[in-house]
Amino acid sequence: MSGLIPDELLADYSAGRLSNGWSLVVATHLALRPTERPRLRQFDTIGGVLLDEIEPAAPAETAFDSVLSRISETPDDAIVMNGAHTKTCNCCTPSDNPVLPEPLRSAVGGDVDDLKWQRLSGDVAQVLIDTDDETTMCRLLRVRAGRPVATHTHRGTELTLVLAGSFTDELGTYHRGDVEMADETVEHQPIAGEGADCVCFAVTSAPLKFRNPIVRMLQPLFRI
Amino acid sequence: MSDSDDQALPRRNTRGERQVAANAQVMATYLSDIARQRDAAAFEKVFRYFAPRVKAYMLKLGADDALAEELMQEAMVSVWRKADRFDSSKAAPSTWIFTIARNLRIDAYRKSSRPEPDPNDPAFQPDAEPQADDAISQIETATRLRDIIATLPDEQRRMLQLSYYQDKSHSEIAEDAGIPLGTVKSRLRLAMQKVRHALGEEER
Repeated sequence: MSGLIPDELLADYSAGRLSNGWSLVVATHLALRPTERPRLRQFDTIGGVLLDEIEPAAPAETAFDSVLSRISETPDDAIVMNGAHTKTCNCCTPSDNPVLPEPLRSAVGGDVDDLKWQRLSGDVAQVLIDTDDETTMCRLLRVRAGRPVATHTHRGTELTLVLAGSFTDELGTYHRGDVEMADETVEHQPIAGEGADCVCFAVTSAPLKFRNPIVRMLQPLFRI
Repeated sequence: MSDSDDQALPRRNTRGERQVAANAQVMATYLSDIARQRDAAAFEKVFRYFAPRVKAYMLKLGADDALAEELMQEAMVSVWRKADRFDSSKAAPSTWIFTIARNLRIDAYRKSSRPEPDPNDPAFQPDAEPQADDAISQIETATRLRDIIATLPDEQRRMLQLSYYQDKSHSEIAEDAGIPLGTVKSRLRLAMQKVRHALGEEER
């Protein structure tokens, strides 16, 4: 296991080909993994090189003037001398330490304690996330420390990003910021690590296939 | 430095390479002139070079002429407005403008804007140390990448272009080209490995 987003997915995120659900998990992973951002930059650079080499298409004759007048029509609030944008901001106190990073927090509508969790079992709860994306199902999952999730395999792709605690399954152990990618070939039973509940962001392209018939019966109810 | 805006630059040719790097350098200077002095002449140069490329990008990705023109103009307005955020240690001018065009396009086609990390978020993990690729300029990286892409076998380069310029799934691309999905994926993977390998070797 690498716990990282595979190249293909990162390239698709860079190219702007991913639907909203997948983009959300990639972007949230990147917020937590500084070492992955140079990888993204390489793909963006490929996009730039291809833009440099593209066969140009003539703009409308009036295009430049139109752009100038659009610029002068709206207030120019973007002048910052010498590019004084910094990475750190002073608007947040150091104790302000959300579990959910952006852009996920905004997509969900708050941090973990602000949300209405739906219980799936004694050990597992979920929050469904509406991402305007019909190709994926997005949810937060919270699994009680030390407890398992029902054994399942997949019909399509499942990406699971750990946000708190950890989990272990047949493929490895995953901590905050790690991503597990699973598909039809993987049957697993994730078990939350001891000591802290495991909170994950899970994106799937198709419903899961549970081994247990009772869980299977309940699936439509929980949209999992 | 000539404004060879409309002519394709030669492949695998040192002079061509130097020209590209020099052009990128000049564009970077223009962008900082726009940021610092709101320099309209510099903006016109940037416009003349990039506007036709951004428009072509939008057209390739399926916009009709009117929409491509509109998105291009929006992108160029953004270039003016956000010029102060251009940082040549983080991106070559073409990289930066590509990301602007890409994001505008996504915003135009979808209800919600493209999800991106927010460096001002307290949960955002800042870059720990200067990254290995900060040591060399991003313009240099872009120039190298261009050379690497130019030396890829045709079918791999084609797959790379298709994945940036076609809003189609890999299986649709495979169907169009009449090749198996596995072949599309393996060509892309090979192309990426070569890019990674070539960059990685030179960074270390």
